[in-house]
Amino acid sequence: MTAPLHDAVKADDVDTVVTAEVAKGSVEGRSLGQIAWTRLKRDKLAVAGGVVVLFLILVAIFAPVITSIIGQDPNKYNQDLIDPLFGTPTGSLGGISSDHLLGVEPVNGRDVFARIVYGARISLLVGFLSAVVAVVLGTVLGILAGYFGGWVDALISRVMDGLLAFPQLLFIISLIAVMPDKLLGLEGTGVRLLVMILVIGFFGWPYIGRIVRGQTLSLREREYVEAARSLGAGRRYILFKELLPNLIAPITVYTTLMIPTNILTEAALSFLGAGVKPPTASWGQMLNQAVRYYETDPMYMVVPGVAIFITVLAFNLFGDGVRDALDPKGTR
Amino acid sequence: MLTYLIRRLFAAAVMLVAIVLVVFSIFFLIPKWTGVDPATMYVGKASDAAALEGIRQKLGLDEPILVQLFEFFKGIFVGRDYSSAGDTIKCQAPCFGYSFKTEQAIWPVLTDRFPVTFALAIGAAVIWLIIGLGAGILSALKRGTIWDRFSMTGALAGVSLPIYFTGLISLAVFSYQLGWVNNEFTPLEENVADWFSGMILPWVTLAFLFGAMYARLTRATMLEVMGEDYIRTARAKGVQESVVIRKHAMRSTMTPIITLLGVDLGMLMGNAILTETTFSLPGLGQAVLKAIGERDLPLILGVTLITATAVVVANLVVDILYSVIDPRVRLA
Repeated sequence: MTAPLHDAVKADDVDTVVTAEVAKGSVEGRSLGQIAWTRLKRDKLAVAGGVVVLFLILVAIFAPVITSIIGQDPNKYNQDLIDPLFGTPTGSLGGISSDHLLGVEPVNGRDVFARIVYGARISLLVGFLSAVVAVVLGTVLGILAGYFGGWVDALISRVMDGLLAFPQLLFIISLIAVMPDKLLGLEGTGVRLLVMILVIGFFGWPYIGRIVRGQTLSLREREYVEAARSLGAGRRYILFKELLPNLIAPITVYTTLMIPTNILTEAALSFLGAGVKPPTASWGQMLNQAVRYYETDPMYMVVPGVAIFITVLAFNLFGDGVRDALDPKGTR
Repeated sequence: MLTYLIRRLFAAAVMLVAIVLVVFSIFFLIPKWTGVDPATMYVGKASDAAALEGIRQKLGLDEPILVQLFEFFKGIFVGRDYSSAGDTIKCQAPCFGYSFKTEQAIWPVLTDRFPVTFALAIGAAVIWLIIGLGAGILSALKRGTIWDRFSMTGALAGVSLPIYFTGLISLAVFSYQLGWVNNEFTPLEENVADWFSGMILPWVTLAFLFGAMYARLTRATMLEVMGEDYIRTARAKGVQESVVIRKHAMRSTMTPIITLLGVDLGMLMGNAILTETTFSLPGLGQAVLKAIGERDLPLILGVTLITATAVVVANLVVDILYSVIDPRVRLA
C-alpha cells in the first residue's frame, strides 16, 4: 500500500526509439522487445534488481527443499531456546546460531530463517496474482473506455477516479472482516489469500486502466487503425490485433511497478492482522509480533523488515529499469 | 467558476452516497451469499439464540436492504432507536450506528479519535511537501550531481520500506536508545510540548514515505518541463535563470502534483492507520483495528464512512484549489 504508480511513461515515443537506433547504424531490423532488452542489460541496477527478483522466486518455489536442507521446520517450536522469564531467545542477536541462521522467534522459538523462506511464498504469490487481476481488468476496461468513448468512457473513468481516491486499505480490512472462514472449498489462509489477491487487484486496475485508456485514445486516430477499418476489419480485430500490441510497453512497465506495491499491501494487511492466518508464515505478520519485542529482541523486527525492503527494492529497481528501457526520454 | 463549484459539489455528494451504498452492501450482501447469520457478527459467537433474536430485531436485520439503508440514513439526520421486546437503546443524531459489543454509540468514538488522525495527516503533509518537493526540484536542477544521487537513493529507499518498519526502527533508535522523544501519545490539551514530542516520530515516518514518492515524481516532472520549448524560448528572450525556474518551470511542475495529492489522500488514510498502529496513537486506525479483532461491524462501518468522507471532502478542496491555480481546469 505505498508507492503509487506515478512515474509516467509514454508509448508514443516508441517510434522515436526505433528511428534513433536505426540511425545509429544497426542494419538489421530489431523489434521493440529486442531494443528494450539491450538497453535493460546495460542498466546495472536494473540487472541487479532482476537477479534478486529471480532469486526470490526460486526461494519461494523451493521453500520446502531449502528448509529441509538446513533441517528446520517453519512451524516447529523450540522452547528450549527461549528465556522462560522474558520470553525472548537466549542466545545473542535473537538467538542466531549455526542451527538457526536468523535466530528464533520470541515465545515459541520457531526458526526465523525457515519462516522467512516460507513467507516469500505468500508475498510473491499475492504480489504477482493481484497484479495479473489488475492488468486484465485494467487493460480490458481501459481499451473499452478509450476506444468507444462517450458514456462508456464516462462511466469507466468515473469509476476509476472513485477507486483511486478510495481508502482501499480500510475497505479491504472491512471486507476481510465479514468473510467467513470457509469459502468456495477453501479454508482459513486460503480464503484470506483469495480475498487479498482479488481485492488488491481490483483496487489496482485503475492505475493500468488510466494509462491504457489514454494511449488508446491517441492510438485509435492513427492511420494504421483507419487503414484496418477501411479494409473491413471488425471491431474485435482492431481492438486486440491492432491496438493491444501497441499497448504492451506501457502495460509491462506498470505491471512491474505494481508488483512491489502489492507486496507492500499484503505485508501491511498481515501486519494489521487481516492477512494470512497463523501458523502460515508471512513477513508482515512477523513484524506485527515484533512490535511487542522491539526493545528486548530488535533482531526479530529487523529480519522480516529487511526481507520486505530487499524484495520491494529489487522489484522497484527492476521496474525503473524496464521503464527507462522502454522510454527513450528516461530521466535517469 | 460557480457552475464548476456546483458540479464538483454534486459529484462529491454522489461519491459519498456511492461509498455508503458499497460499504453497506458489503455488510448486508456478503453474509447473505456466504450463508452466515449477520446477527452473529454483531454479538459474538458464544451468544445464545435469544440474544441473536434481540439483535436481529433491534437492527432490523430481516428487513430488505433498502429499508435498512433508509434507517441508517435516518439515524444520521434524526437519530434512531434500537428496540426489541421492551428493551430500547437510544442513539441520538447524528447516529452512525451503535456497537452492541462495547455498548456505546459510534459517533462519539469517531469524534473522539478523528482529531488524532487528522493532526497526524496534516503534520506529515507539511513535512513531506516541503522536503519532498524541495528535494525533487533541487535534484532535477542539479541532475547527475552527488546531491541528486544522494536524494534519489534516499527516495528509492523511502518508497521501498514498509512504513511500520521505518516506524519501529525510529522508535527503537530515537526513543528507546537515545531517549530524545516520547514513545507515547499525550493529548494536545494536556501538555503541548509532550504532544509534540510524541507526534514527531509518527509525522516524520509518514512524511518519509510520501516525501520519497513526491521527490521522485517532482524530479521526473521538473526534468520533463525543463526540456520544453517554452523554457528555451524564455531563456532565449534573456529571462534570468532564477525567474525561468520559479515562474515558468515550477508552476507547470506543480499542477500534476496537486492532482496527485487529491488521488493520494485515500492512500494517506491507509498509511495513517499503519502509523497509528506502530506508534499506538489513539486515532481512527487503532479504533478500527480493535473493531476488526472483535468483529465489531458498526464501528468498522463508521470508521470506513468517516475516512471516506474526509477523503472526498479533501478532494473537493484540492479540486477547488486546483481551479484557482490553473484556470484551464474550470473549462474542462
